[in-house]
Amino acid sequence: MNLAQTLPLALRALARNLTRSLLTALGVVIGVASVISMVAVGAGAKAKVEAIFASMGTNMLIVISGSTTSGGQAGGFGSLPTLTFADLRALQTQASAVKFAAPVVATKATLVSDDTNWTTSVVGTTSDYFEIRGWKPTRGGTFGRDDADTDAKVVVLGQTASEKLFGPGVDPVGRSVRLRAMPFQVIGVLERKGQSPMGTDYDDTALVPLKTFQSKIQGGLENYIAGAILVSAVSANDTTRAQQQISGILRDRHHIVSADADDFSVRNLAEIASAQQQGTQVLTGLLAAIAVVSLLVGGIGIMNIMLVSVTERTREIGLRMAVGAKPWHVLAQFLVEALSLSMLGGALGVVIGMLIAALVARRFNFPFAPRADMALLAFGFSAFVGIAFGIYPARKAARLDPIEALRYE
Amino acid sequence: MTDRPLMLARSLTKAYQVGDEALPVLDRVSLEVKPGEFVAIMGASGSGKSTLMNILGCLDRPTSGSYLLDGRDVSRMGRSQLAEIRNELLGFVFQNFNLLSRTSALENVELPLIYAGVERTARSARARSALERVGLADRLSHRPSQLSGGQQQRVAIARAIVNRPRVLLADEPTGNLDSKTSTSVMALFQELWRDGLTIVFVTHEPDVARYASRLLVMRDGQIVSDTLQTPAQAGTDLAAMRVA
Repeated sequence: MNLAQTLPLALRALARNLTRSLLTALGVVIGVASVISMVAVGAGAKAKVEAIFASMGTNMLIVISGSTTSGGQAGGFGSLPTLTFADLRALQTQASAVKFAAPVVATKATLVSDDTNWTTSVVGTTSDYFEIRGWKPTRGGTFGRDDADTDAKVVVLGQTASEKLFGPGVDPVGRSVRLRAMPFQVIGVLERKGQSPMGTDYDDTALVPLKTFQSKIQGGLENYIAGAILVSAVSANDTTRAQQQISGILRDRHHIVSADADDFSVRNLAEIASAQQQGTQVLTGLLAAIAVVSLLVGGIGIMNIMLVSVTERTREIGLRMAVGAKPWHVLAQFLVEALSLSMLGGALGVVIGMLIAALVARRFNFPFAPRADMALLAFGFSAFVGIAFGIYPARKAARLDPIEALRYE
Repeated sequence: MTDRPLMLARSLTKAYQVGDEALPVLDRVSLEVKPGEFVAIMGASGSGKSTLMNILGCLDRPTSGSYLLDGRDVSRMGRSQLAEIRNELLGFVFQNFNLLSRTSALENVELPLIYAGVERTARSARARSALERVGLADRLSHRPSQLSGGQQQRVAIARAIVNRPRVLLADEPTGNLDSKTSTSVMALFQELWRDGLTIVFVTHEPDVARYASRLLVMRDGQIVSDTLQTPAQAGTDLAAMRVA
């Protein structure tokens, strides 16, 4: 008898007690399914976060007034503004790694259309803002050069704001809304951006030129920018360089001596994104580790059942030996039985794990990215579990004395 | 028919260690079995008959002495080699049949052929013909639970002869059967013997032992009597029982 004949022999033995075999394999099924689904969900979540951050603009940096607290929270809005328009111009001209820079000031205000009104975040900025955000209009246009420099009463709406004010599918370009009791003309609607990582709706916004904002909506402090400066670096690789240049220029302009803290902070979104990703990765790793533990428990289940099986089939083993089974035949048979259980469980677990991952991905809107290497790894690991936990009962079986075994009650 | 003994045992001793005492279960037993003999071994429990059978059947090794099976010295062979010898030269029948449950009669009989490395079609054909030989051609796919005691023992006999062994060894083959079934099983043994098979069996029933051509009696680890006899005709007895 060779190895090729061992497999059908083992499978037939397992089939004789099908319920028990299935229940035993269940442990491995659950273990492998957990690992696969955890990893797939983790990868999907990671991809989704990446996509969101990409949509925010990976070259983006934010410069805000005030220094960061130790927790990295924004201390900017609310504290005394320290950034000036002159600072802005300096960043635009002196920093080689900076491509665009735009001031951003915002407040909550109510827009009134003919039929209804809607309170939203009204942002005052320049035309560079749309370049930095990579945000294009689907209807009409954004600020022209002239709009930005004058205090023209024009407004660009986000999709949500437009739908709320004029109804879905309606083109509001050319229509009028009232803001702070003044008529503003809608000159464009922006493409849909979706949700921010913080959960806010990007499309629930209205943008007006900076000068208009400062003169008509919320008076500013003359030269100071009561908000932030949004910056895009020349390329994704230059964000760090840009960050350094911005810090250098502003420290110089604000006459900050080397020992003192900055009165501004520069946030590199790429860093925030990768910190977010690291967190996700740690979590995924932890969940996968737990799943691996459950796989090991499944292995222990296999060993347990195989030991019971060996005891129950003692007479059978004695008989097999009597008619010519060598010790390694017996070892091979029981080992293959354990392996079959674990690998069948592994295969089923991969299928179920993928199904769960697909369902979760659909429910929470992740991309579903099944990875063949993870599936193979989990399957291979289940084979390892089968061998590791099957070897002890198999050896026990092979070591039986045929006479004792035949006498066993 | 060659006169070289099939089984040649010289001064077999088997001792078990109990504490610091060595208890001899077999005490310098010598025995020759020639091809074509039908040997019955009788004895009370503790007489050593089972131990002798185990050694003759290459399931156990003697503490001292030598044993040649078909000219081969098996007393020093390892477990793996002994398994091969058993597969090649011997067939076993047990008191409690020892069939694989939830397995068909055909698959049960195929078992020794699997370990002999015979491929599937040949295996199936040979198992089928062995079952026909014992009169169970119409029960090939039956499981042990669907067979009577006598039929189960016949399946076991078919399994024992499927690999064409030199010797068939039976340990209390009729122990779990009623008298009519016992007689029919012994009739089958006698058929096989007349066709040339060498058979050695252990029994505690004198009624069963009289079907053999040679009778050995054991006591306290030794053979105390070894006589040839005219075997009773199991077939005739069976016919008589059927009529009655």
